[in-house]
Amino acid sequence: MSQPFCLILAGGLSHERDVSLRSGRRVADALREADCRVEVADLSPDLLPRLTGTDPSQRPDLVWPLLHGASGEDGSVQGVLELLGYRYLGSAPGPCRAAWNKTVAKSVVGRAGVATPDFVTLPQSLFQELGASALLDVVTARFGLPVAVKPVHGGSALGVSLVSQPRDLSQALMEAFAYSPVALIERAVAGAELAVSVVDLGEGPFALPAVEIVCDGPYDYDARYNPGRAEFFAPARLNDALADQVAATAVKAFKALGLVRLSRIDLMVDQDGTPWFLEANVAPGMQETSLVPQAARAAQYTLPRLYKSLVEASLSA
Amino acid sequence: MSTPPGSGTRLDPWFGAYAARTHGMRVSETRALFAVANRPEVVSLAGGMPNIAGLPLELISKVTADLIALHGDVALQYGSGQGHPVLRDHIVTVMGEEGISAHPDDVVVTTGSQQALDLVTRIFIDPGDVIVAEAPSYVGALSVFRAYQGEVVHVEMDADGLVPEALREALDRCKQAGRPVKFLYTVPTFHNPAGVSLSVARRQEVLEICRSRNVLVVEDNPYGLLGFDGEVLPALRSFDAEGVVYLGTFSKTLAPGYRVGWVAAPHAVREKLVLASESAILCPSHASQMSVSAYLENWDWRGQIVDYRKMYRTRRDAMVTSLAEAMPECSWNVPGGGFYTWVKLPAGIDARTMLPRATTALVAYVSGTAFYADGQGADHMRLSFCYPTPERIREGVRRLAGVISKELELVHMFGPEGSSVDDDVEAPSPDLL
Repeated sequence: MSQPFCLILAGGLSHERDVSLRSGRRVADALREADCRVEVADLSPDLLPRLTGTDPSQRPDLVWPLLHGASGEDGSVQGVLELLGYRYLGSAPGPCRAAWNKTVAKSVVGRAGVATPDFVTLPQSLFQELGASALLDVVTARFGLPVAVKPVHGGSALGVSLVSQPRDLSQALMEAFAYSPVALIERAVAGAELAVSVVDLGEGPFALPAVEIVCDGPYDYDARYNPGRAEFFAPARLNDALADQVAATAVKAFKALGLVRLSRIDLMVDQDGTPWFLEANVAPGMQETSLVPQAARAAQYTLPRLYKSLVEASLSA
Repeated sequence: MSTPPGSGTRLDPWFGAYAARTHGMRVSETRALFAVANRPEVVSLAGGMPNIAGLPLELISKVTADLIALHGDVALQYGSGQGHPVLRDHIVTVMGEEGISAHPDDVVVTTGSQQALDLVTRIFIDPGDVIVAEAPSYVGALSVFRAYQGEVVHVEMDADGLVPEALREALDRCKQAGRPVKFLYTVPTFHNPAGVSLSVARRQEVLEICRSRNVLVVEDNPYGLLGFDGEVLPALRSFDAEGVVYLGTFSKTLAPGYRVGWVAAPHAVREKLVLASESAILCPSHASQMSVSAYLENWDWRGQIVDYRKMYRTRRDAMVTSLAEAMPECSWNVPGGGFYTWVKLPAGIDARTMLPRATTALVAYVSGTAFYADGQGADHMRLSFCYPTPERIREGVRRLAGVISKELELVHMFGPEGSSVDDDVEAPSPDLL
């Protein structure tokens, strides 16, 4: 196929709409540079008539969902694309659902033998049923502090807090529950924060160089999207053996979750050199400050070349 | 874990070059949430966009076409740094509606009144200088003050606006602390966000307090002509032309897309404002200024404002009626004009924390924290009624009531002690203004 027609889905109604729109534009630019025909569409009532239309010139060869959060990452959009008979770039609905739910992802990856920090999943309703104070006492007695408090769904660190003082735990949970009815409390791991992009260009998944994130404070929303707040090392400052171990861990998590084509696996590496799985992202950020593009450049890929390879691999699968 | 040496990147080659005043700039989650608010599924009670559906677009189209056809060589050229003389004449007439007697030479046309605010702050505020402002205060002003590293001291308001005794105490406290106040920034009429107006009786008193302490007053008056019962309160500048710098705009009474505002200032201040404006933008858009002039000359703009008042009053009524029906646990003011209702939330609810839940429920508001320089305001939210239809306002309030109900469940579970204090001031955006 000389010039594949790729439809990028970006935007949507999630809290990460803005990031998704920027990711979509960046990927579209790169693919155009790689001589692909590209259009970008929002998730709106106009989309289905467009995808079900009879004009063959408007029918994309491939749909790339770059929707961050909600229906773009929980597998539902992918399910609709399957109903419509479209090929798409990325994982199938089931694996998306598993990765989207941080609790499920940690359980699946943990069962595959990858270390993941101790955690507990707490729906809002359980605090009502058991009493918030007593439940929080149990959690802090088990995990100690600090802990990470997260909404069980969602990205960009929205609603995520690192809690070091017992008095801050309630507020952290309220912030998490503002994004999701279920919160995850996870023992915090000190060490190096790594993002490992795993790609499959048709010959099996492999890890791009890990990107290490160094931040004066939590790697929060501002640190992610305000250039300068965080410092990145790509490749990460790991010795060769540890770099290999980190890459293998990421690929293992990718396979355990049944992911396809592209994912970003977030890990912590502690002082003993143990990589700890935190979460997997099936539609990772692709804008200028995002981690996947940094990893690609560290691997000597140009973005047009990498993205076109992903498109071609998806079309050949 | 071994860490071989390596050099990182901050993805910004100019990281070390930025001015100190940029260091506090943050990318807030709130701005991300407002990206969702622009979707049609979301009822946005957040933005301060005027509803310009009633404008005579055909007439505006014709006068604009005529302007370019007949005077394009002037309209599309650079103009005076102080602003087009014809428009300044019109501005004097507009200000006359609020009792201001001014000369066109007193007026400097700006790119929206936001630029006027920027210019005034630029010429008066050094880092660390104190600005006194109402509590709460307009988010766009706080952002400018922060950019110039001014320090804001908030002063209490009540139903009649700024409390004179509190102002007196704040000014004297600052002076005693060796931190003289450079100016009082005030939105005396149909305040954004509080919706209240400074009573006529207090206007003279506030001016006297400032005059006796040699404190300049910066009067920001975008909503002065939008009183729902037709009453136009006298501007502070109508009482004191030497002690008041007045900021005006056509954004609310005509259309924000022209980006035409102005400042009326005492002679010496005006001269500095012109120089500052020239250094910033050379001159305001000539085409926009001439378009606004053409509108004022060819349309019954006073009648248009009467229509706006009726339209906004209907929306205000929809807002307060809906609030009374759906949110008995909250309290709010009933604004006599302007665009906003200021809602006090039930104890323990943090408006900023609750916002993601609201956008998930497809309704948006602005957290009260945006309107304070010191992190207060989590117990309030600003609801705008200017843009959505009455039906959408009712639906938005209904959704918001459900959100508050859910949030109250959390508060009852976890207790109110978790309320956050956030020092970040929102950068202004059309979603917040």
